[in-house]
Amino acid sequence: MAETVVADRHAPGAARAHQFDNAEQQRDAATMGMWVFLVTEIMFFGGLFASYVVYRALYPMAFAVASQALDVVLGTLNTVVLLVSSFTMAVAVFGSKTGRRRLMLGGLALTIALGLVFLAIKFYEYYQKYAERHVPGPSFAFPAPYTEQAKMYFTLYFAMTGLHAVHMIVGCGLLTVLIVMARRGRFTPDYNSPVEISGLYWHFVDIIWIFLYPLLYLIGRHLE
Amino acid sequence: MPEHIVPIKTYTIVLVALLVLTATTCAVSFIDMGKINAVVAVAIAFAKASLVALIFMHLRYSRRLMLVVAAAGLFWLGILIALTMGDYLTRGWQ
Amino acid sequence: MNAAATEVETYEDYLNNDYGWRSWLFTTDHKRIGLLYLVSITLFFFLGGFFALLIRLDLMTPPGDLISSETYNKMFSMHGIIMVFFFLIPSIPTVLGNFFVPMMVGARDVAFPRLNLLSWYLFNIGGLCMLYAVVNGGVDTGWTFYPPYSSNFSNTNVAMAVTAIFIAGFSSILTGLNFVITIHAMRAAGMTWFRLPLFIWSIYATSLIQVLGTPILAITLALVAGERLLHLGVFDPAYGGDPILFQHLFWFYSHPAVYIMVLPAMGVTSELVATFTRKEIYGYRFVAAASVAIAVFGFLVWGHHLFTSGQSIFAGMIFSLLSYAVAIPSAVKVFNWTATLYKSSVSLQTPMLYAFGFIGLFTIGGLTGLFVAAMGVDIHVTDTYFVIAHFHYIMVGGAVMGYLGGIHYWWPKISGRLYPEIWGKLAALIVFVGFNLTFFPQFLLGYLGMPRRYHAYPDEFQVLNVMSSAGASILGVGYILPMIYLAWSMRYGEKAGANPWPATGLEWHTPSPPPPENFLEPPVVTWGAYDLSAQPDLANRLKDEDRVYKAALRAGARKREELEVEPPATGA
Repeated sequence: MAETVVADRHAPGAARAHQFDNAEQQRDAATMGMWVFLVTEIMFFGGLFASYVVYRALYPMAFAVASQALDVVLGTLNTVVLLVSSFTMAVAVFGSKTGRRRLMLGGLALTIALGLVFLAIKFYEYYQKYAERHVPGPSFAFPAPYTEQAKMYFTLYFAMTGLHAVHMIVGCGLLTVLIVMARRGRFTPDYNSPVEISGLYWHFVDIIWIFLYPLLYLIGRHLE
Repeated sequence: MPEHIVPIKTYTIVLVALLVLTATTCAVSFIDMGKINAVVAVAIAFAKASLVALIFMHLRYSRRLMLVVAAAGLFWLGILIALTMGDYLTRGWQ
Repeated sequence: MNAAATEVETYEDYLNNDYGWRSWLFTTDHKRIGLLYLVSITLFFFLGGFFALLIRLDLMTPPGDLISSETYNKMFSMHGIIMVFFFLIPSIPTVLGNFFVPMMVGARDVAFPRLNLLSWYLFNIGGLCMLYAVVNGGVDTGWTFYPPYSSNFSNTNVAMAVTAIFIAGFSSILTGLNFVITIHAMRAAGMTWFRLPLFIWSIYATSLIQVLGTPILAITLALVAGERLLHLGVFDPAYGGDPILFQHLFWFYSHPAVYIMVLPAMGVTSELVATFTRKEIYGYRFVAAASVAIAVFGFLVWGHHLFTSGQSIFAGMIFSLLSYAVAIPSAVKVFNWTATLYKSSVSLQTPMLYAFGFIGLFTIGGLTGLFVAAMGVDIHVTDTYFVIAHFHYIMVGGAVMGYLGGIHYWWPKISGRLYPEIWGKLAALIVFVGFNLTFFPQFLLGYLGMPRRYHAYPDEFQVLNVMSSAGASILGVGYILPMIYLAWSMRYGEKAGANPWPATGLEWHTPSPPPPENFLEPPVVTWGAYDLSAQPDLANRLKDEDRVYKAALRAGARKREELEVEPPATGA
């Protein structure tokens, strides 16, 4: 009675970590933990969204005109890329839940690939902005009368899409680690929490883009 | 708690819906509807986000607590935006 | 090792189960992590106190003759930053919360122990960045970092300081996240929500604030760093930016942050009042609900920091109204603690002295909050010493006393030792006297018009300032004493049993210091939070359990000796 009983970590329904009583509690905790973390991410991006709302309300025309300088084709393409990547991620989670390893690995690999495509397009867009001197800084140039306020728009553009891109990079890294773990057979239908919660993270980053796309790319299209 | 496994067919339908909504929001943005443009754009974005959250993120099949958590996050952001805009919109009032 | 011969004293607890620096720096045991935090925040407390000392020394005389005005700006800035972000916000949650949340809910550890350790490392990395900023010339923007001064004009280490707070903020977020999940998912069998101790309700409410509010601070400070380093200009009027937007974003977090600082102290007070009156807290459900209400309402009032900033009058009126509303749940708690005292058996031991100090001083601080919540009065007293006195009554008279009360209350459980009671009482009294002498004159100074953040003042304010500085020196003595006698007690203090007070609560159902996995068997809870009637003859029963437990350990040790088997590894 005085000795610590070491639970059999691989018994069915057993928790992998000692602080949990059983696998279900561990899975619940992991899922809830990721959702609470995503709430912190909502608030983290939220500060930028709030700033955007304020300044767009103050300078509607400037924002609309500046928005036209973004490439709507690339922006829409990127949106499609991310939506498909969410689909492939959901398929990967499905594979992990049903024990279909190749489906899981394929889904993860495709998701990473699509994420990299997104980032490539994004950085090409950044280059375009740099070439057109729309990057806020000493060499910023935008036609009057919206010069200063357009700089505010582009500041928010780079801040919001930049923060989003950082999260994409982290996501790609996460999924790469998952592929390595999956190839070592670490995931079974009983234990696939890491895949599921990484999926939650990935979908969340997609949702951020779902909002960024209309707010940044589609403001001034009706004025063109 | 038995885990609900969503079939790939459901995911496919949702993806198609998301792509349709994307095309819609893009097309509609070229039509001049004044202030309604912004409302429609945000509404479509919310619709897309809801599809991703409920189906891809399994919110529809999860404990109700997860829905409360997600809703709370959105609501809190709403508080920040609403009360801050309350300042900016009333600055001109006499 | 002849375990049979050694009597009661040696058994495996969380302190003696492993030795060496690696067992501390790589621990995932929430109890050890709590002690790691205790060391870190104590160091920051004395660093922040050092800056306070210099402030009060300079303010002994009307002209600014001890330090230059630029240096004075750095003193109050660093005092504020270090005290708020590196002492007050972490204090109770990371030390007492980490140690006791798992025990009080009946779990073996928090939900994510490795994340817990990461939180501690992030806190110290942020702290090191802050130390670098301090040593490299300091920061002079005030702890509030208002642009355009912080973004465009200050020549001090603003970027490093905001980076430090950004990193420490993530430590805070992860701690809050850990507690939310632990309380939701890891309660023992029978531990329903309304059987939880009120300390847990307070920590839960605090964690909600940490999770929802801190990210806004992070992104806002990142934008300030962006303005400084990359000339981003989000708050720069030259590009259509609005410095008041910064204030909105900053105070959206920083007002709820004050509830992060005071809610845990309220939770401690509930525990102390229940234990030292031998009674259930009056209106348990109301106190629990009030904790959550404070957390929620606290997010709706930030504009009262912007009354004189240029915010619209109408927004100001709404915020003023909401600020009155947020006082109500706090008042409910004070009424309920007071009602608990009625027909109770009050024991004036050291923790209870701190609890009384909290209730009285928090009430004064809270009532003066009503003064500043009225826009008209605030025009007169804002940015004066009145505000400084108001928040120090809550932060120091409230939060710090709650922290000290909790440390003393749980010290026997943490260390297995009792501190000398006479010194405990003496230090509490000294803190109380020193505190009031320091800060009550500041109400008068502020009302008479002395501005804050000024290093020189008109001659007629000198008497009150000297009183305040004298009080500060007494307060300092009151803070140093516990350091000495608590450390002394770790070696020479009388051994504490499982439940010295005695108190209800699961943490008292296990030996002092606790075993590595907290409980011998997973607890099953069938009683209400402070229900003494469900635990008759509490003290005696626990003494018996203590003996039984230790006898079992000795038997186990003897058995291992017979079989020549290694002692079990600690759960990791």
